[in-house]
Amino acid sequence: MERIYLDHAATTPVHPDVLKTMIPYFTDNFGNPSTIYSYGQEAKAAVEDARASVAALINAEPEEIVFTSGGTESDNFALEGVAYANEKRGNHIITSAVEHHAVLETCKFLEKRGFYVTRLPVDSSGLIDPDAVKKAITPKTILVSVMHANNEVGTIEPIAEIGKITREAGVLFHTDAVQTTGHIPTDVHELEVDLLSMSAHKLYGPKGVGALYIRKGKGRLVPFMHGGEQEKRRRAGTENVPGIVGFGKAAEIAREEMPKEVKRLTALRDRLISCILERIGNTRLNGHPVRRLPNNTNITIDFVEGESMCLSLDMEGICASTGSACSSGSLEASHVLLAMGLRHEQAHGSLRFTLGKWNTEDEIEQVITALSSTVARLRSMSPLLKNKS
Amino acid sequence: MSPVYSEKVMEHFKNPRNVGEMENPDGIGHVGNPVCGDIMELYIKVKDNIITDAMFKTFGCGAAIATSSMVTELVKGKSVDEALKISNSAVAEALGGLPPVKMHCSVLAEEALKSAIDDYKSKQKNKK
Repeated sequence: MERIYLDHAATTPVHPDVLKTMIPYFTDNFGNPSTIYSYGQEAKAAVEDARASVAALINAEPEEIVFTSGGTESDNFALEGVAYANEKRGNHIITSAVEHHAVLETCKFLEKRGFYVTRLPVDSSGLIDPDAVKKAITPKTILVSVMHANNEVGTIEPIAEIGKITREAGVLFHTDAVQTTGHIPTDVHELEVDLLSMSAHKLYGPKGVGALYIRKGKGRLVPFMHGGEQEKRRRAGTENVPGIVGFGKAAEIAREEMPKEVKRLTALRDRLISCILERIGNTRLNGHPVRRLPNNTNITIDFVEGESMCLSLDMEGICASTGSACSSGSLEASHVLLAMGLRHEQAHGSLRFTLGKWNTEDEIEQVITALSSTVARLRSMSPLLKNKS
Repeated sequence: MSPVYSEKVMEHFKNPRNVGEMENPDGIGHVGNPVCGDIMELYIKVKDNIITDAMFKTFGCGAAIATSSMVTELVKGKSVDEALKISNSAVAEALGGLPPVKMHCSVLAEEALKSAIDDYKSKQKNKK
């Protein structure tokens, strides 16, 4: 069976050109970048080329990029690194209720160690009010962390507005941009962020590599990994050279293709959304209608539960998710949808489709057909749909 | 095919037995809540103290649908007292096991059955 993959927010396949660029760094160019002979220096040069490419993607300087093992490490490093570096100055962190678990769980961890965390609410479309950030800042505030775009509902947050506020207040500002770098224009100067998390495998790069942007002149973060002097003593451990090289190539391709891809995906997304809403009754779009990632469709489908829909669609060869890959398997409804004010049964009955580079219009048609029959089948079993079946 | 669920669970999910709302049931069980994301309704027909038919409607995950389907199969032909002895682990076992995180679905199926039998018994009392 031909499969249709619509979960690009969970992960993306590695682009063939990315893989091609990576392969020599497993074998011929296997050197450790910290060594002085030619093997090592060639690997080091490749890492620095990749750093320049990743920096260019977000309009940063290469030395502001620290390679990590992925988005989760970048988030952990940013929050803990700032918290421990500034604990003498303050102990208050501001974040939102809809962050990825990599931020929310790190906040919980820091709370146990004496930090105070304010979690700002969102409106029904998932947006944070920049004014609420302004009001929440106290003399003890050391960090604000708000995601660039939400991984479940695709809402793009007002990062530039929040950036202005934090800049004026002299508070460090971190954004988790795992869903946006390589997908929509992400410029650290326009956004006025001091720290920004990225992940390679969300933009057709390999898994196991990411980066944290750390703005120059904003003080030192307490390192997350201790050991060697790699990454200018900001992140110890021998570099994941093939991964980093792949990340660099993926960033380069993303930068070239972004304008065209944003247009193509937005059209495909809007078609998927309008077809679902028109052809399947009692469905609603979650997230912001316009301030939205070009590839994200998140729909509440009344009277049916998300996992059973995913399972049913999988039987038809369609890969979708109930929200976040990280929370499926748990019994709790999405914290994002609940924060947006959805009732529990609605939050349990939501599906996310995230489109990618190789999805076609024809696939979208097939998805709508399969979804219609899946929903009809499951609704006929649902006790929430009394005497209507 | 699905690494999460056993073949038997997937088979019952694809082709659930005894789905639908029963006309004039002798007992109705209603369990679960929207917070946990599973709601089950189970209907039974009883004749001479034997459960002659069982049907269900379920809002829930794949495991919730499969356990509902399985419990309606297990209960048919059993006496009311025998049916009360059907445990959640018997339902899970009949499905070739459930992932630990989904065991509560089998608990829900057992509770739905008990609740339907309770309803049947209280209706019988009222008749007398």
